[in-house]
Amino acid sequence: MTSNAHRARDRVRWARVPRWMRTIVRRAAFAGGVLLVFAACSQAPSTLRPASKPAQQLFVLQWWLIGIAFAVMLIIGVLIVVPLRHRIRTVADAPLEDGGSTKPIAVGIVISALILAAVFVYSAVVLADDARPDSPPHLAVKVTGHRWWWEVEYMSPDSSNAHQNVVGANEIHIPVGEPVQILGTAADVIHSFWVPQLQGKIDLIPGQTNVFWIRADKPGRYRGQCAEYCGLQHAHMIFWVVAQPRAEFDAWLAHARQPATAPQSPLEAEGKQAFLTAPCVLCHTVRGTGAGGKLGPDLTHVGSRLTIGAGTLANTPGNLAGWIENAQAIKPGVAMPRLDLPPATMQKILAYLESLN
Amino acid sequence: MATTIVQPGGTPPAVTLPVNGKPHHTSGWWGMILLVVTEASLFAFLLFSYFYLDAQNTLWPPPGPPDINLAMINTIILVVSSVPARLGTMAIRRGARARLSLSIVVTMALGLAFLIIEAIEWSQKSFTPQTDAYGSLFFTITGFHYAHVAVGMLMLLVILLRNWAGHFNAHRHTAVENVMLYWHFVGVVWLFVFTTLYITPHWWR
Amino acid sequence: MATATIETRLMRLWETPHSLYGFFASTDHKSVGKRYLVTAFVFLLAGGVEAMVMRAQLIKPANHFLSPEAYNQLFTMHGMTMIFWYASPILSGISNYFFPLWIGARDFAFPRLNMFSYWTFLMSGIVLYTGYIAGYAPDRGWFNYTPLADPLYSPGLNEKFYCVALLLLTVSTTVGAINFIVTAFKLRAPGMSIGRMPLALYGTLTASFSNIFALPSLSVALAFLFLEHRFGMHFFDVSAGGRPLLWQHLFWIFAHPWVYIIVLPALSFISMIIPTFSRRPIIGYTWNALGVAATGVLGFGVWVHHMFATGLPPMAMSFFMAGSMAVVLPSAISIFVWLVTLWHGRPVMSTAMLFALGFIFLFVIGGVDGVFTGSIPADWQVTDSYFVVAHIHYVLIGINVFPILAAFYYWLPKITGRMMSERLGKWNFWIMFIGMNIAFFPMHNLGLLGMPRRVYTYQAGLGWTATNIVVSIGAYIFAFGVLLFVLNFFWSLIDGPIAGPNPWDASSLEWATSSPPPPYNFAVMPTVRSRDPLWEERLGMGKRSDVFVGPVISDEEKVTLGTTPLDGLPQRVVSFPEDSVYPFLTSVALTAICYGLILGLWGLALSGALFTFFFVTGWLWYAPKPVEV
Ligand code: HEA
Ligand code: HEA
Ligand code: HEC
Ligand code: CUA
Ligand SMILES: [Cu+2]
Repeated sequence: MTSNAHRARDRVRWARVPRWMRTIVRRAAFAGGVLLVFAACSQAPSTLRPASKPAQQLFVLQWWLIGIAFAVMLIIGVLIVVPLRHRIRTVADAPLEDGGSTKPIAVGIVISALILAAVFVYSAVVLADDARPDSPPHLAVKVTGHRWWWEVEYMSPDSSNAHQNVVGANEIHIPVGEPVQILGTAADVIHSFWVPQLQGKIDLIPGQTNVFWIRADKPGRYRGQCAEYCGLQHAHMIFWVVAQPRAEFDAWLAHARQPATAPQSPLEAEGKQAFLTAPCVLCHTVRGTGAGGKLGPDLTHVGSRLTIGAGTLANTPGNLAGWIENAQAIKPGVAMPRLDLPPATMQKILAYLESLN
Repeated sequence: MATTIVQPGGTPPAVTLPVNGKPHHTSGWWGMILLVVTEASLFAFLLFSYFYLDAQNTLWPPPGPPDINLAMINTIILVVSSVPARLGTMAIRRGARARLSLSIVVTMALGLAFLIIEAIEWSQKSFTPQTDAYGSLFFTITGFHYAHVAVGMLMLLVILLRNWAGHFNAHRHTAVENVMLYWHFVGVVWLFVFTTLYITPHWWR
Repeated sequence: MATATIETRLMRLWETPHSLYGFFASTDHKSVGKRYLVTAFVFLLAGGVEAMVMRAQLIKPANHFLSPEAYNQLFTMHGMTMIFWYASPILSGISNYFFPLWIGARDFAFPRLNMFSYWTFLMSGIVLYTGYIAGYAPDRGWFNYTPLADPLYSPGLNEKFYCVALLLLTVSTTVGAINFIVTAFKLRAPGMSIGRMPLALYGTLTASFSNIFALPSLSVALAFLFLEHRFGMHFFDVSAGGRPLLWQHLFWIFAHPWVYIIVLPALSFISMIIPTFSRRPIIGYTWNALGVAATGVLGFGVWVHHMFATGLPPMAMSFFMAGSMAVVLPSAISIFVWLVTLWHGRPVMSTAMLFALGFIFLFVIGGVDGVFTGSIPADWQVTDSYFVVAHIHYVLIGINVFPILAAFYYWLPKITGRMMSERLGKWNFWIMFIGMNIAFFPMHNLGLLGMPRRVYTYQAGLGWTATNIVVSIGAYIFAFGVLLFVLNFFWSLIDGPIAGPNPWDASSLEWATSSPPPPYNFAVMPTVRSRDPLWEERLGMGKRSDVFVGPVISDEEKVTLGTTPLDGLPQRVVSFPEDSVYPFLTSVALTAICYGLILGLWGLALSGALFTFFFVTGWLWYAPKPVEV
């Protein structure tokens, strides 16, 4: 990789380079080092670990640009340092110089212009390539940014029966190896949809729908995060893309299309009652029950979700309890108020939500 | 008054130069030109915003194309008001102070008429600045221009007073040149505002 | 007559009384310049301290050191303070002090406007920070996107402070720009044709022209937003036919030219420093001059590169990608001009030179980052990530802070009359240079690793933690470097060696007068007939310019020589207005309007307006001297 090359070259030169230049080289090496270390780091939602064709393309483009960057840095660095060879101590130590030609300037400009032209063409090609997927997408997902969570709506193939659409939140399931069309918009302020390993950013802007596509070539979970500053909890507006084989995905979607599972145990049944009588219903929908609120994420299958609070916490009974107890403590400023439910009610509701897988 | 330039070191007095020189050589005149340029771009951006939202909205202007009559009268008034302004400048160049005062007064009268009619037209609008984006833009753009006319009036007032105080003559009257330039500018800008707000809606639909 | 007596008489004529009145009334461009420098530097420290606090919050994941509210206010105030109240005013400070000296004049074309510009700048900063202290700091980021900044999502006074403080600043900047332009075109020393102007002028000139055309775009955006907040109008909210992107267009049409406005003067300062310490005239004077101007022009054709992710049509965006590539070339010109000059010279590694060379290197890094983000697909990955934060700091610190420090080490001896410590200076440079790169280079990686900007905290286990620690440490090292500069400055005031008129044996006019220069700058009006008036003999072109002997124009009143715009032929004698408090009073009245608007105190706003009118009238009200023909 480019940074490898740099480090190798650096080591050879190291001995005879003057002091100034060493700082430069040290920097290049340092950068290369850090890049490598973290490129290897598994958890990172890193653009350096692309998991799809488009991301792969951007990744290659990135490395070319990084390469050019380091090359330019190195060249200019050398050009700064070499003439310092015949430096003098004070302004009085030598007579004034004169003459000199401007040709090198012209040469530099021409070279730069060529490089820049190349960058432009290459970028334009990638741009055109990324504009549309190589096969028409079979699945369209509408993603709506809310402060600070993601509404996810799986559009049914024929728009005529929109009631077939499946609504979820903070988690996007997609079939592996297929392009998936994303219809991005926002309900309140501007957000930005970014899954570094799958695709570049696209802003979600109120009153406008940005159509683009993502795709994952390996099954797995990919972290996404809101990339446009959207207020207090911009830092905790996270989502996950779950890529699974087609069959698995179809099964999941079929299940997701079902209304909420009916309570199994008496506790859950009481929980359901408690939930429906609590303020929750003002903001949350649980399909198949009376709860039809729209201010918060759909909870129909909340039990089966990876996280709560838009990726803020892992979805464990403890965290869920803490969240319902006082979401404000976990994610200060969320639209979900502290409700101070009596502990008994809490337990019931908790049990019910757990059961909603 | 001319200042002789003293040369130390024996060299004979070189040139004699006028103090501040012709009005169009003064810094003041250049300053005013630049002010006009930046003001012009201010209006350019206002109109850019108008056209941007025009292009973005299917229904524009929402209340339908505005009624032109009053605006047309105003346009004529403002354009005409440039004539006495111009006469004033020419007068003071000849040193005719009384004529300058007169033409300033006439110009201000026309300016006042413009302001009053504009106010009347506003009062007749079916929408308010709060109604929608169009309303906001309409009142903001015309309002900005209104403010410029008002400021122009104040400037005219000041040079009127200074003229009475005898500050101006055939050689020193940069202030007059500047204010009149500003006044012409306010008139020209109105032509753009008028075309944008009143004419284009009729063209394009 | 003997020059001595002339000088004493000029002194009597030009000196401002050392009284309270004198303090508020002085129109001497040198005192205005000094005030600009001090004030802007204080803003640098303020913004820097804000940054230090931010870095403390980000030093570890899931940190609770700062609340989200506090953090959001901090990064917004940091960005605004640095970009608007430090970066541009500090350049105006240098230019204010040296403009007339560079061109051999005795003051600006509009001395009163000049001090008005300073007072208004100060007031606008005070408005902003009173907002902060009162708990109403802007907290929507320095570019303040709508709808987040719309009344619906930003109730409270914060946004009102944002709009009004900035509007007041645009007033100051606009009049300043006009003053620079007129002065440069009307008051140059006789013989100083356009082609002989010191290169330093080109940057400030270009920046001033850009200001004239770009600032109105910001003013319009701010006016719209303020009207939304104060009077419930609609410009940006979809529900009423507005569009969020309207704000983005208006803002960036202004803001990209702006980022060049806050570096071009700095670049041209470097074009003065590098020749001096390469012991030779610059090579490619014309290239450099045209390059700077070209950057200013092209700078208006790239604003959409800040909006690559907003879903605009690819064709349209490609145009701006091309623009972003094209705008590189003029910068490249400057770089190669400096390099060639260096290669054909005998470098002197003074502290100023160190900062200049360090700057070139940082400029290149920041620049190639810009090329990276200028490529649309690449930008889709890094936009709004820490990669951009890296870019802006390499360019802003690299191309603004470093040249400014170079300029300080170079020109402060002229201002204070005393040298700074070169030894401490070297430490100063290396600590800042190394700290800078430790702090900001790893930010590139953070961006590539997917860390978004403007997050008040981040989760552990994402591979961001270690890098953030490094960044924070680097930031503190850098800050320590800045502190060293402050120390060096005060040391030089106390017992720095006396500088003398021309400590660096430089070639331009400011070095022809004493350090610090007398209130009237030059006893005799220099006549310039080459680009390096003080070097002519030694460059073997023979003595052409008359710098020390020349016309002494009238010592009965405050006057300077007016020349023709292009060839600089003597045209007229320009008389200066006396000192006056009206400019100060005017900006106070304007400030009253501002607070009135923010707080909705219409009485205050109205009386402010009234007083503004009276003061301006008083300001412009002067009877001409009796004129006989
Ligand atoms: C200090 C001012 C300054 C300067 C000088 C620049 C210079 C440049 N900037 Fe930068 N920019 C900012 C300040 C500045 N920028 C700020 C503040 C932001 C962020 C705003 C925000 O979001 O908060 C920003 C953001 C920004 C973006 C948007 C990023 C994003 O938000 O997604 C882009 C995209 O194209 C960009 C591009 C460029 C380019 C192409 C240059 C070019 O002018 C650079 C040209 C110079 C060189 C390239 C180096 C010298 C050249 C050579 C040595 C020749 C050889 C080189 C090559 C062949 C590559 N800038
Ligand atoms: C000229 C412009 C400039 C400068 C100099 C700086 C300087 C610094 N900046 Fe700044 N920065 C911006 C312009 C600038 N920044 C902008 C425009 C943004 C975008 C804002 C936005 O997103 O809206 C930004 C954003 C920004 C962020 C991203 C915030 C976020 O997105 O969440 C960070 C994070 O690390 C940061 C850090 C720093 C640091 C550590 C410094 C250091 O260099 C600071 C060094 C310290 C000093 C210069 C002061 C030294 C203090 C002392 C020596 C103590 C003495 C004090 C007294 C005597 C009182 N900056
Ligand atoms: C005033 C509106 C409101 C009320 C009332 C409310 N919530 Fe919420 N809830 C929200 C919002 C908004 C979110 C998304 C917060 C975020 O992630 O930023 C949310 C998130 C949640 C989540 C996490 C969902 C996920 O996938 O991240 C759960 C679980 C939840 N609420 C349960 C409840 C329960 C149980 C109640 C009643 C006891 C309740 N809510 C009452 C608005 C509300
Ligand atoms: Cu949503 Cu940031
Ligand atoms: Cu830009």
